[in-house]
Amino acid sequence: MYERKFGEVILDLKGISLSFGAMRVLNNISFNVRKGEIRSIIGPNGAGKSSMLNVINGVYHPQEGEITFRGEVRKEMKVHEAAGFGIARTFQNIALFKGMSTLDNIMTGRNLKMKSNMFWQAIYWGKAQKEEIEHRKKVEEIIDFLEIQAIRKTPVGRLPYGMQKRVELGRALAAEPEILLLDEPMAGMNVEEKEDMSRFVLDINDEFGTTIVLIEHDMGVVMDISDRVVVLDYGRQLADGTPDVVRNNQDVIDAYLGVPH
Amino acid sequence: MFYREAGEFKASYKADQAILPIRQDRWFIWAILAVAFLVIPAVSSDYWLGTIMLPFLILALAAIGLNVLTGYAGQLSLGTGGFMATGAFAAYKLATMFPGMHILLVLLFSGTITAGVGILFGIPSLRIKGFYLAVATLASQFFLIWMFNKFGWFTNYSSSGVISAPPMTAIGDVLVTGAHATVTAKYLFALSIVTLLALITKNLVRSNIGREWMAVRDMDIAAEIIGIKMLPTKLKAFAYSSFLCGIAGALWAFVHTGSVEPLAFDVNRSFQILFMIIIGGLGSIMGAFLGSAFIVLLPIFLSNAPHWFGLDIPVDLISHIEAMVFGALIIFFLIVEPHGLARLWQITKEKLRLWPFPY
Repeated sequence: MYERKFGEVILDLKGISLSFGAMRVLNNISFNVRKGEIRSIIGPNGAGKSSMLNVINGVYHPQEGEITFRGEVRKEMKVHEAAGFGIARTFQNIALFKGMSTLDNIMTGRNLKMKSNMFWQAIYWGKAQKEEIEHRKKVEEIIDFLEIQAIRKTPVGRLPYGMQKRVELGRALAAEPEILLLDEPMAGMNVEEKEDMSRFVLDINDEFGTTIVLIEHDMGVVMDISDRVVVLDYGRQLADGTPDVVRNNQDVIDAYLGVPH
Repeated sequence: MFYREAGEFKASYKADQAILPIRQDRWFIWAILAVAFLVIPAVSSDYWLGTIMLPFLILALAAIGLNVLTGYAGQLSLGTGGFMATGAFAAYKLATMFPGMHILLVLLFSGTITAGVGILFGIPSLRIKGFYLAVATLASQFFLIWMFNKFGWFTNYSSSGVISAPPMTAIGDVLVTGAHATVTAKYLFALSIVTLLALITKNLVRSNIGREWMAVRDMDIAAEIIGIKMLPTKLKAFAYSSFLCGIAGALWAFVHTGSVEPLAFDVNRSFQILFMIIIGGLGSIMGAFLGSAFIVLLPIFLSNAPHWFGLDIPVDLISHIEAMVFGALIIFFLIVEPHGLARLWQITKEKLRLWPFPY
């Protein structure tokens, strides 16, 4: 295996604590993400993994801690601002726009890049039409990349689960993000679908240089494709390091397999 | 067999993104437009044009307006009647304050004023959703009608509270409002406006703003995370929807009835338009027309049907039966096809594509 090289730290989380009322969901979590790496967050159910992603893209605001993104300490931001900062994500339970076609879903992912105003769009002429065609080209590249040409015009509500996951990945990619947050992209998939999805994740990382933060339960996949892994359990941080380090960490083994009495 | 897209290849994204990418669909629409513009005015009686086609067209426009808001952007509204009234009264005030103003400008400005009112009543939509929003818009409905009844300024202090449209011309000296306008001129005028606005709406919903609306409708959290701002997107939907409803109201008052009182736009009107888009199909321009046709034409058909079959039934009994059959048909259609007539049409097209083979 060749040595992978990573850039500087683009996302640095320090002492993040998040509570809902008396429920402490995240407790003093600190880790960072380097440019170009595949960073996994693992942990048993209810460990706070999804909450962690929600903190990163601004859905939840932690009560304590500091988030440094691209060298700047981030203030409390609104949900819709995350996309502008180059953070895209997919959801654990698919959150596609069910009434729209695959094409429209991915096109919507590019909404921030569309600049023409409502009046041009009303006549669908000039700037607006040119823009639609330009972005369609980009979207077609993504469709080719994810091998979903055949379902381009199918309403996504009619697609099988695995395909919907792929379309959702496409929608996130359409924004050309710097960091891609994937919340269990392989949940509920069979082995072949998992292999496909792993290949896409690796290709995205490799070809576009996108940094990936991944939540996944399949340990085989996580240990195979991640560069570094952080382990959470009941909101606490158990371990952080390369797959080999994490695999041999006693706390992690205890959390997953239980402690002998 | 005849409806095949096989063999029709698109060489550019432009061609693929056309409103009607399939050749047969294009022919069909052109045929419908030709019938609407040429055949119907030539063969129909004044009764048909004036009491059936005009309300059908104008209510279809209001239904398109509500469909933008409810069908595309997912914001349930019961304020359609109030917005139509706003359009009607704005047009009346504009036409009487500036007597020389062209009717197209009157319609444009009254639509714009209604859009402003729509934005105002759309602000709560950021916080409340679904049925609760429907109740909030219901408040706008009652408030607006109350306001037009209460303040004489809106009716130029007419004692009866009724506004009458002054005679106005569209092109040259062809009258389209007032007592001396021919029904054919009124019909063609309304048809042109409705066709144009339907086209503009279609363009909007296939552009970025339309996708943003649908994204907000289908999954608002995901929409926000990919960068769609909730408030501007929802308010744009309220504004454009009210714009269309306002123009529909102005057309109703000026071109269709000629004189109108606020009660013509009461909550029953709002429900009527809402039924149109539910029966016609949410999120479909075609559905607005189909729903309007269903709601406007069916009662007329039902009340005339016994007569055609030579049955002699008293008039009051007919109107009771009409209401019952109408209600039963609505329920029937909603059970058979909850996604409306537009979906039925789509299924028909999908079947036609394969016909005569089952799959």
